[in-house]
Amino acid sequence: MHRTRQILAATLLTAALAIPAHAGRGLTVKGSDTMVILGQRWAEQYMNAHPGTVIQVTGGGSGTGIAALINGTTEICMSSRPMKADEKRKLRDRYQTMGIEIPVAKDGLSIYLHASNPVKELSFAQLRDIYTGAIGNWKQLGGPDAQIVLYGRENSSGTYVYFKDVVLLGRDYSPRCQTLPGTAAVVNAVSKDPNGIGYGGAAYGKGIKECAVKKDNGSPAVMPGAATVKDGSYPVTRDLYLYTRVKPAGQAKQFIDWVLSNEGQALATQVGYFPVR
Amino acid sequence: MGVMPAATTANATPALRPLTGLDRPGARRVREALIGGLLRVCAFSAVAGLLLIVVFVMREALPVLFDAETRKEASLAAFFATAMWQPVGDIPKYGILPLLVGTLKVVLVAMGFAVPVGVAAAVFASEFAPARIREALKPMVELLAGIPSVVLGFFALIVLASWVQSMTGAVSRLNALNAGFALGLGIIPTIFSVCEDALRAVPRSYREASLALGASRWATAWNVTLPAAGAGVSAAILLGLARAVGETMIVLMASGNAAIVSGTPLDSVRTLSASIAAELAEVVVGSPHYSTLFFLGALLFSTTFLINVAAGLFVDRLRRRLAGA
Repeated sequence: MHRTRQILAATLLTAALAIPAHAGRGLTVKGSDTMVILGQRWAEQYMNAHPGTVIQVTGGGSGTGIAALINGTTEICMSSRPMKADEKRKLRDRYQTMGIEIPVAKDGLSIYLHASNPVKELSFAQLRDIYTGAIGNWKQLGGPDAQIVLYGRENSSGTYVYFKDVVLLGRDYSPRCQTLPGTAAVVNAVSKDPNGIGYGGAAYGKGIKECAVKKDNGSPAVMPGAATVKDGSYPVTRDLYLYTRVKPAGQAKQFIDWVLSNEGQALATQVGYFPVR
Repeated sequence: MGVMPAATTANATPALRPLTGLDRPGARRVREALIGGLLRVCAFSAVAGLLLIVVFVMREALPVLFDAETRKEASLAAFFATAMWQPVGDIPKYGILPLLVGTLKVVLVAMGFAVPVGVAAAVFASEFAPARIREALKPMVELLAGIPSVVLGFFALIVLASWVQSMTGAVSRLNALNAGFALGLGIIPTIFSVCEDALRAVPRSYREASLALGASRWATAWNVTLPAAGAGVSAAILLGLARAVGETMIVLMASGNAAIVSGTPLDSVRTLSASIAAELAEVVVGSPHYSTLFFLGALLFSTTFLINVAAGLFVDRLRRRLAGA
């Protein structure tokens, strides 16, 4: 009984000491919903290593984050796409800067096929035709004579938007595309459907295989992987960015340096992205 | 109400023990008034909560009708200008036709499956089954109502979909037929339970009269009992319908959610309820997409509300008819 009380007291004391004596002015990070989990993990780890620093990470979407950067309500903005020209112009009009763009991680989307599907590689253009509905049969791609069954993500997902922007070049998905919640559901659906195709983060499931992707007809087909995503040879990749208004200094610089350090990059890998360096 | 017996005993035998403070008539009146007031507050706050929800949903949907900025993208005209539901993109498309068609298809399949099964089971339980079987059957079917819809949805997604596909040869594993069957399983208990109660409420004398005239049990059930309970059976079907229209989780998981306009139940479908569930979480508050989802919510709510009112009217009619008999 006595011992328990001692342990309790020791725990309480440690907890009390762990609370920073004075919390410094907080750093705000806002933007992309794709990056919000990554950002939060970074902030947690960084705050653990640097007691006294407070970093607040919120989502809302890349556009919202960039707007907040322009309005001055956030110091750092997370974005899963490069800043658009008119956003840069607004920033210049207000602050006479072009903003600082820092790629902090890479995101690669795998294309899944059923393990029995003889198709091994697809070009960017073929992927686009498949998902817009222009190509509807595996026969047109060197596979069996069977209708292609499309699986994708809900339109609330960042992956949906990314795939639409990067692969479909903004065109509409075929209405026949079935939408499922989460990468795991897509992988499961494709594994049960010999004629299925899906997309999502790197996944290793029974019954599915990842498909190699060619940028165009002349280029080689590349399988997704840490190396090919990192060097950009796998075409379905994008950079994830942090933006600041001016050259980062003080707290912001320390945080961004840490994000780019081995520790920060290892965390990006853990969350399911790929390191930039 | 738990205090009543004690108080009564105290009044009946006043000599046995002195009145404590709590038992004095004045205090009792105050206590009764307090409890009554509390119950009234509970009842009214439940109703007020519901009313506020209705007001909120309607208010969030209004921009679709009145806000100029929203109406550029999402208005009643825009909802029917295209048959594409792609609300996220550079040029958002808010065609709700595929969602209406999808909801209709799933509900038709579910009702086509659940009404005959549910009503037949109720007729069997109340008219034909020996007492022992009836006593086992009713709680068992009602237990089925306790299966969370996410479990039914999961079953449909993993198991039922494969059966349906192997039986029909459908290209798409997840389709209206699959979702409709799962949804049917979900509403059978509602239909069975209400229907069975209605049949049971038919006075014994009806059946006895019919049997005495030489009608078989089958003829009695079909020609006498069922018509006598007709209003209750209609109410059961309508309550099942209201649940089918509003049910979300089962269809979200089992239908594939592709917004297709077609006539076959073997295509994947996207329903109104599933669209709201899937999209509302990430939508920008106040955007046209947000208002549109609330408009769909208001549409769903009004539909189920009207169906429920109709079911209530039927139940009333049944009660009056049997009471008058």
